[in-house]
Amino acid sequence: MCQARPVAYKGRWTERGRGLVRFTGVGMRYGGPRGRAAWGLLGVSFELAPASFNWLLGPSGAGKSSLLRLMHLSLRATEGRVEVLGEDVARLSRWALTGLRRRIGVVFQDDRLLPHLSAYENVALPLRIQGVTEMRLTADVGEMLRWVGLEHRAEEPPEILSGGERQRLAIARAIVARPSLLVADEPTANLDEAQARRVIALLRELHRMGTTVVVATHSETLPVEYPAPALRLEEGRLVSHG
Amino acid sequence: MARGALRGLRGRDPLGLRRAFADRLLPALVAAMALLAALALAGAHGAGQLAQRWQAGAAGPALVTLPAGADLAAASAALSPHAEVAPVPEARMRELLAPWVGEVPGLPLPRILEVTPTDRAGLEAAVSALPGARLEGRGESVAQAVTLAAGLRALSLLLLLVIAAVAAALVAVATRAGIAARRETIVILHELGARDSDIAGRFATRLAVLCLGGAAAGTAAAALALWFLAGAAVPVALSRPAAWDDLPWTGLAALPLAAAAIGWLTARLTLRAWLRRLP
Repeated sequence: MCQARPVAYKGRWTERGRGLVRFTGVGMRYGGPRGRAAWGLLGVSFELAPASFNWLLGPSGAGKSSLLRLMHLSLRATEGRVEVLGEDVARLSRWALTGLRRRIGVVFQDDRLLPHLSAYENVALPLRIQGVTEMRLTADVGEMLRWVGLEHRAEEPPEILSGGERQRLAIARAIVARPSLLVADEPTANLDEAQARRVIALLRELHRMGTTVVVATHSETLPVEYPAPALRLEEGRLVSHG
Repeated sequence: MARGALRGLRGRDPLGLRRAFADRLLPALVAAMALLAALALAGAHGAGQLAQRWQAGAAGPALVTLPAGADLAAASAALSPHAEVAPVPEARMRELLAPWVGEVPGLPLPRILEVTPTDRAGLEAAVSALPGARLEGRGESVAQAVTLAAGLRALSLLLLLVIAAVAAALVAVATRAGIAARRETIVILHELGARDSDIAGRFATRLAVLCLGGAAAGTAAAALALWFLAGAAVPVALSRPAAWDDLPWTGLAALPLAAAAIGWLTARLTLRAWLRRLP
C-alpha cells in the first residue's frame, strides 16, 4: 500500500521564501500567580530560514509542544517577540491572526481529525474555511488524497482508518491549502517504522516544494536518518540550534 | 491584511451541529414558551378590547334624574351646553313601570333626562347646580374597570418580556451545551483559520432554526386553543359572537420569528464571548 515516494504534486504551491520564523527572547509561563507559575519556555531565540526543513528535538516536557503552539498561533507568548511568516504576531489584530493561521498547516500528535466528517471532508475543511469554490476544492482534495495514498478511503470516517492512514490524512488536511509554514508535533509518535518513514517522506517532499517545515520529535534515529537543522530544547531552554 | 481578503466558511455542516443539537428538548421547551407567549399576547389583546368596550360604554348615554315636578325645559337648557339632552316622556315612564306598580294615575314620578355627554366635567357641574338632580353615570366604575384592563394588559406584556428572557437563557444554556459537545471541533476550526463570525454564525443559524420550529409548533397549538376559547369567552365578555379579529393574528404570526431572532442573537453572542477566550 505504501508508495516509496509521494506522487508528484501538480502545479501551484505556496510563495517560496515567505516561511520566515523568528523568536526573540520568547518566554511562556503557565499557571496562575507569579509565585506558582511554571515557565514552559524561557529566553528562546532562533530564526528559521524560509523553505527550510527543521527538526525540533528534546525529551518529553522540554517545551516542544509549547514552541510549536506559539508558531501556529494557538498560544500567545508571555514575553519576547514571535514573528511568523514575517509578521510580529503580538501586533496583529484578531482578524489578521485569522488570515495568518490560514497560511500555516498543523499536524498534531493525536491527528485531531473530526470524527463526524469523512476523510474527504476532513481534508476539505481548510479549503471550506477559506471559502474555496466547490470545483477547485474537489480537484485539490482529490489530488491531495491521491498524494498521501488515501483516495480509496475518501468516504470513510477517520475512526476506521489505521494510525498511519490517520496521520497521512492529517498531513493532507494540513497542507491542502498550500501553507507557507507546516508545523508537525510528533507526527510519527504512534506509528510503526514503515509508516513513520512514509510520513517523514511526505514532509520532506513538502519542504522540497518550498514550504518551511518544523517537525517535533523525541526520536533519536529520525534526525540521524534525515539530517537537517535542529532546534534542541531542554527544560524550556534552547540548548542548541544548527 | 485587508478585511475583505478573508472569505467565509463553506460546507453544509462542518461543525456537526445537526448531531450536536439532535435531541428535541430545546424545540419542545421553546414550543412551551411560545404557547405561554401566545396566551399572554391574547390576554393583552383581550384586555385591550375589553377596555375599549368599557370606555365606549362610559362615553355613551347616561341618565339625569330630577325630582317630581321639576321643570324639564329649564333643566334641559342648563345641561345642553355639555351634552345632548333628550327628556324621557312621563307617559313612557309610566308605561315602563306599569308591569310592577300597575296603573296609578296620581303616583309622583321623578323626571328623567337622557344625556350623551360632550363635556363630562361641565355636565357634572351643571347637574350639581340643579336642585335635587342626580347624574346616574357609570363613570367611576368604568374608570376602575378600564384601569384594571390596562393593568392586565401591562401584566401580559411584562409576561411576554419574562418569557423572552427565559427563552434567551434557555438558548444560552443550549448553546453552551453545544459548545461543550463540539469544543474540540470549534478549536480545530479556529486554529485552521475559521473566522469567529463564521463559527458563531453556524451555531446561530442552527439554534434559530430549532427555535423557529419549536415556536411555530407552540404557537399553532396555542392559536387552536385560543380560537375555541374566544368562541366561548367573547359572547360573555363582549356581548357579541366571536370574530376573526378577536385574536391577535399578527402578533401570533410574529412569535416564531421573534423566537428565531432570540435564538440567533443569543447563540451568536454566547459563541462570540466564548471564542474571545481563544488566542
